Amino acid sequence: MPEDPDDPTKQGTGFTRRGFIATIGTGAVAAATVAHATPGDAAPAAEIPEGAELVRVTLNINGRSHRLLVEPRWSLLFVLRERLGLTATKLGCERGECGTCTVLVDDKPRYSCMMLAVESEGKTIVTLEGLMRGEDLGPVQRAFWEEDAFQCGYCTPGQIMAVEGLLRANPSPTLDEVRTGVSGNLCRCGAYAHIFKAGLRAAELKKQEGGRS
Amino acid sequence: MTPDDRYYITDVPPETPEPADQPAPWTTTTVVGKRLPRIDGYERVSGAAVYTADVVLPDMLYAAVLRCPHAHATVKKIDTARAEKMPGVVAILSDKSPGADIPWFNTRTGPLSRLFDPHCRYEGEEVAAVAAETPYQAWDAVRAIAVEFEVLPFVGAAEDALKPGAAAIHQGGNRSGEVSRYSRGDVDAGFAAADVVVEQTYSTACEIHAPTETHASVAKWDGNRLVVWDSTQGVYPIQSGLVQLLKLPSSSVRVIGNYMGGGFGAKLGISKHTVIAALLAKMTARPVKLHLTREESFLAVGNRPPDTMTLKAGVKKDGTLTALQMTVLGTGGAYPGGGVGGVDWVVRDLYTCPNVKTELTDVFINAGQARAFRAPGHPQGAWALEQMMDQLAEKIGIDPVELRVKNAPTVSQGTTGTPPYTSTGLTACLEEGAKRFGWREARKRASGDGPIRRGVGVAAGLWRGGSGGPPATIIVKLFADGSANLNMGASDIGTGTKTIMSMVVSEELGVPLEKIQVEWADTATTQYATASGGSKTVPTESPAARAAAIDVKQQLITMAAAQLKVTPEELILTNGEVVSTADPSKKVAITGVAALRARGLIVGVGYRGPNPEGKVITPFGAHFAEVEVNTRTGEVRVVRFLAAQDSGRAMNELTYENQTQGGITMGLGLALTEGRILDRNQTGKMVNRNWHDYKIPTAMDVPAEQTVLPIDLHDYQANTAAAKGLGEPSTIPAAPAVANAIYHACGVRTPDTPVNPTRLVALLAASKKRG
Repeated sequence: MPEDPDDPTKQGTGFTRRGFIATIGTGAVAAATVAHATPGDAAPAAEIPEGAELVRVTLNINGRSHRLLVEPRWSLLFVLRERLGLTATKLGCERGECGTCTVLVDDKPRYSCMMLAVESEGKTIVTLEGLMRGEDLGPVQRAFWEEDAFQCGYCTPGQIMAVEGLLRANPSPTLDEVRTGVSGNLCRCGAYAHIFKAGLRAAELKKQEGGRS
Repeated sequence: MTPDDRYYITDVPPETPEPADQPAPWTTTTVVGKRLPRIDGYERVSGAAVYTADVVLPDMLYAAVLRCPHAHATVKKIDTARAEKMPGVVAILSDKSPGADIPWFNTRTGPLSRLFDPHCRYEGEEVAAVAAETPYQAWDAVRAIAVEFEVLPFVGAAEDALKPGAAAIHQGGNRSGEVSRYSRGDVDAGFAAADVVVEQTYSTACEIHAPTETHASVAKWDGNRLVVWDSTQGVYPIQSGLVQLLKLPSSSVRVIGNYMGGGFGAKLGISKHTVIAALLAKMTARPVKLHLTREESFLAVGNRPPDTMTLKAGVKKDGTLTALQMTVLGTGGAYPGGGVGGVDWVVRDLYTCPNVKTELTDVFINAGQARAFRAPGHPQGAWALEQMMDQLAEKIGIDPVELRVKNAPTVSQGTTGTPPYTSTGLTACLEEGAKRFGWREARKRASGDGPIRRGVGVAAGLWRGGSGGPPATIIVKLFADGSANLNMGASDIGTGTKTIMSMVVSEELGVPLEKIQVEWADTATTQYATASGGSKTVPTESPAARAAAIDVKQQLITMAAAQLKVTPEELILTNGEVVSTADPSKKVAITGVAALRARGLIVGVGYRGPNPEGKVITPFGAHFAEVEVNTRTGEVRVVRFLAAQDSGRAMNELTYENQTQGGITMGLGLALTEGRILDRNQTGKMVNRNWHDYKIPTAMDVPAEQTVLPIDLHDYQANTAAAKGLGEPSTIPAAPAVANAIYHACGVRTPDTPVNPTRLVALLAASKKRG
């Protein structure tokens, strides 16, 4: 197999980009270190908060006002799921990569893992639960069901919220606009082709119902 | 450990009783095979579906795991004093904790490791765990535990594992098992008889399963009884694992699966985090949730092993294959994980070839252990073999589809005794797929002379599993009002299992789908099922569901016969009524059967009978890809894709299409974007341990046009539902189809995955084909 200098998986053992730390490598002398073991980071941990003060916030979620005490570092996602029991919004990566925690903040799709609860105050937050009309599904939800736009269903709440946000801004999207609209939402099962169909179908259903969610 | 030890008496495969009689094939169907949305779609799109990660129990604690930050190290000392005093911390569990001395990775010569083994053989191996009031506090405490590690030399690649002086990962060295060898015929004679011989080395990078819901467990004790919610592909294997490790009777361990957010093989058996959650819940006498982080899912709960494969092939000018020889080096990481398992099966079985020889070497390296990943070994082997078939076709000047059709087999040559397949749809997949794709025209179209070149490619595949088989038990209850309940232990991992089994019951009983309630994936309340994996769930469970429904029907007809004063033999169940075929005026609606109303409900039990002897049940597929290659940047855009699959009967065209598109998408990831990168030289640590740096296909990376063509062969030799597995065969040919399309577009062979722009632009430059 040819050596590929750009790919670390293919480098021979003789190749070292950073020779000065090569002593940790294969065949090196063992060294004892003390590390505060943050997974994947051998550096000492940053200062650890010794009991944070709780802060009072009022959150407007799905048309209801919730008064809560939160730690300043709590994400909106954590508060939704673990404090309010609104578990339709899923946790996938907690680092703004997968979109499974997507909610609408003032009508725009946002990753709720990337927002603190304290900064969500004064905003209008809609989660998947907020698209329901009582026990009835909204048009985007129905489109996802009809088109079979999911497999395991775990990314689905985020996909639906991404499409809902897209349609609030652009009621008649093209295929490419739907594709871009859900491009921040990963689906490991690979149901994208059906998700595209569902996005287009949702636009139709929504128009038939006068643009309601 | 073997996940299902308790249910597998030594060397005796588990069985369920054969159904009383084998039902006749369905002549026509009104429900099975139709394009129907899922019965649990409402739950999944409304947010009502509760996944394990969503479980919130009163007084619940949150756990976090301290993992080894080094590729290879020994824990010298753990100091938890500071962490113990931190706010919200309730318990800390480590190797010295009572009850934590649990063996792990049992082998014939004893366990290779234990729950918190001080000898950490990969980055991410478990060192300690914390339970706290919030996950934030649990992670604070993890960071505050001071661990003294002795960092050891490491092995960061399979190629380094057997070198003299390589660090020993286990006593006895770095070989994982014996070298696996297979041979038939005489390859030397085969190569001598060939007109053309080609040899090439290919490699596939390590892939991470990365299900959207990471592994998660919630554990709760009621006295000596343990209840565990687990994101799993099989509740019974998890129960079995807990029963063995915690030394409890089966009746004391309830595992609830219900909704789960993807597995792809990474959630087939027990994992350490589940045991950790159970131990912390016991220590604290409170429920504990342990939901792994994305980073942990990249490091510690499975992967598709990387394989380097050298393939030598001989062919005559007329397209007859004369010999295939393959050597493989792979690694399942730091523990036995099947680093090479299944890699040579396509070479042994996909094409008619009298002379075949394979040799597979599996080694240990300091990395997380592999787990079954969607068709273990097969996508790797197909990546090599299916590019080789294109290379041979080009050398002898024959169309790649034609070369494959010419060598399509009718018997399983890789199986002892070369038994016939129950059905072989390979030729149909290739020919009907090519026709629908417009292969001949597309193949002739010029690739363009600008920097953007177009090309099309084909690849085929088969999956060794996909037969299904016993054991499986399903219960169907028919209520007096004509509605029904379906009770099965199998998990629906996103493939539509619940929907398909309901369709089978609906077909037999005429009960509409909306009147069927499903109970599933709970060891306390549902019947025994093996894990949903190996593409065997539909062929395993469908016959059991059918048998259960027939059992109900026979009881119902017996009741109706007494009421109508006719013989049961003349009665049939149709449109919700039991009707006499001799005198159609003699009939009674299900709701009018007095004995049923008197009893309340009928319980029918269905078992999965054995598979036919002397036959091999194998799904096949052929994939066609069209790509655009930017010869300046090395970017590849997949423009359209077609997958033709022979998985027996297509049980539900809608979910069949969806699952196959998922297989295509995962194959695109293997071909173009995915690969674990270990810092092989300096630290051995994984460099791309998140979704930003480890790239799975996004909505921007897949073609909107993904045509799925079911080759709908009803295989009643296989089972009474006439279906074979689909999930894994639908991903096997995808990656090499893309590679062959890239070659057709720009004339550059891409032996190593992922074919990312960096790699492709280098290959284009080296062959002077850069635009």
